[in-house]
Amino acid sequence: MSDPAPLTIDNPGQVASTAPPAPGRSRRLSDRGLAVAFISPAMLLLLAMSVFPLLWSLYLSFTDYSATRGGPANFIGFGNYTAILTSAQVHTRALTTLIYVIGAVGLQTVLGFGIAYLISRRTHGRGVLTTLFLVPMMLSPVVVGLFWRFMLDAQFGVVNSMLGSVGLGQVEWLTRQRTALISLIVVDTWQWTPFIMLIALAGLSAVPKYLYEAASIDRASEWFRFRTITLPLVWPLLLIAVMFRAIEAFRLFDLVYILTNGGPGVSTETLSFHIYKVAFLGFNTGTASAYGILMVLVVIVLTQFYLRYLNKLKEG
Amino acid sequence: MAVSVDEAVSTGSARDHTPPARRLGGRGRSVLEVALLTVLAVVMLFPVLWMIETSIKENRDVYAIPAKFFDFTITLDHYKDVFVAPDGGRSALSVSFLNSVVVAGVSTVLATVLGVPAAWAYSRFAVKAKKDQLFFILSTRFMPPVVVVIPIFLMYRQVGLIDNKLGLILIYAAFNVPFTIWMMKGFVDEVPAEYEDAAMLDGYTRLQAFRRFTLPLLVPGIAATAVFALIFSWNEFVFATFLTSSDSVRTAPPAIAGLIGGTTTDWGLVAASSVVFALPVLVFAYLVRKHLIAGVTLGAVRR
Repeated sequence: MSDPAPLTIDNPGQVASTAPPAPGRSRRLSDRGLAVAFISPAMLLLLAMSVFPLLWSLYLSFTDYSATRGGPANFIGFGNYTAILTSAQVHTRALTTLIYVIGAVGLQTVLGFGIAYLISRRTHGRGVLTTLFLVPMMLSPVVVGLFWRFMLDAQFGVVNSMLGSVGLGQVEWLTRQRTALISLIVVDTWQWTPFIMLIALAGLSAVPKYLYEAASIDRASEWFRFRTITLPLVWPLLLIAVMFRAIEAFRLFDLVYILTNGGPGVSTETLSFHIYKVAFLGFNTGTASAYGILMVLVVIVLTQFYLRYLNKLKEG
Repeated sequence: MAVSVDEAVSTGSARDHTPPARRLGGRGRSVLEVALLTVLAVVMLFPVLWMIETSIKENRDVYAIPAKFFDFTITLDHYKDVFVAPDGGRSALSVSFLNSVVVAGVSTVLATVLGVPAAWAYSRFAVKAKKDQLFFILSTRFMPPVVVVIPIFLMYRQVGLIDNKLGLILIYAAFNVPFTIWMMKGFVDEVPAEYEDAAMLDGYTRLQAFRRFTLPLLVPGIAATAVFALIFSWNEFVFATFLTSSDSVRTAPPAIAGLIGGTTTDWGLVAASSVVFALPVLVFAYLVRKHLIAGVTLGAVRR
């Protein structure tokens, strides 16, 4: 059995010791070796921890394997996939996720851009203001979820307490079907508006001042300036932020898990949360894998859009 | 309203840098904007302030109806409870904080050691299908954690990495490597390749040129990148909660979340542990504020 040529040079020192470099051919060769030696460890980790698990998931998705029952995995073809795609339960979760993504990302965009616009018009205290606004974004979803759960508590929550003191009725934020999803959207908006704001602010500060000056010489109205100068110049960057948030919101799990645990009923169960229930509470590992693979496909499509767009923006 | 109030506005503290066109709204509008910003800032910051306030309230004040905003008794008991168990020993929470430090720290070192050389190689060399490789690397970072955790769970069960710090360290490193590569590639791109070429003309090998000339220039970038990786690992919840179970391994996020499992919840303790947990993140985030945009977009956007 002949040894195949090594795919990687596992010991970078090997390359280093090929001193002194004769110019030309051998230097190019050693560059190539160096590139492989430097990239492959990271790639190996990704292959082991991201690609291999996904391939295993792909395999399991065609079987009726259950992690608790054990036993052999029987091949059942596309059974899991048809079951998921035709399940009314899944459709409900897809709708919930869609409402959540559109609601939360929409609100964040409007608010984030609004705040960024207001901050960009200030000349003083911009740094302080920006820093203060950014705090929620840096917090762990665990902290955010727990804390809002406390604040939104129907009995002793501070939100209802404030509503009461201005004479408004009490709201069961997390325990009513309709308000629970709204609460989820509000909390996510609270945490991630700073994200959009940060990127919008970067876009707004990059708009060249002379454009505004030229427009004001032409006595263009404020709205006209906003529509023809500000928005077109900031929009590409803003769209990056929006797409990024949309992907993140689509994957959302931890906030739901902490804030509402999917309830009341199933009113705040997102797709991610449903997968968790199928996999870890229902122990239908095969079904959950198929479910996960479908979700990964959606994420891959969204990511492709995002990266293509990002690339276009960088080159343009 | 927008008629020639430019004078009025510019008397307000030095608005000289504002282009004239923006002054049209006048002072009334400016006041309105400041007021609006203030209200928004208060709304955004209130939950954080409320959390800090709750953490230093006595229990009866925590559950007071209507809520007490100012007239409460200050106590540090909740903070004591975070670190000290009722019997005087170390509390489970303090152990989980230590675990978090170990897991986040080691996984960050691992991601940095693997990611920085790769970023340099991607920046300097003509790698085959470079763009596709970079896209693939970033895509792995976008995978939903809940989906990845199912096969990872089965995999770890086979090799005995369930409820093991090493298991968490590996998966966190794998999630931070794409970020490190993308973020660091930006920093490496900013260092002219000519430095290395010049060093190589002087007889250094490519690797020596990297180590002696490029690497020192990258240190601030590496520090910023590592801080972000540290924050991501520190805050991570999904893998931590599904892959660990015992108190001696569990990191802080699932430990804090575990505080609300029982029949009654000690919200003062939840608040105090949340503050202790969030404080280092905020300090670190402040240190890397210059790179925040690149950091939170996984190195994709940099201005």
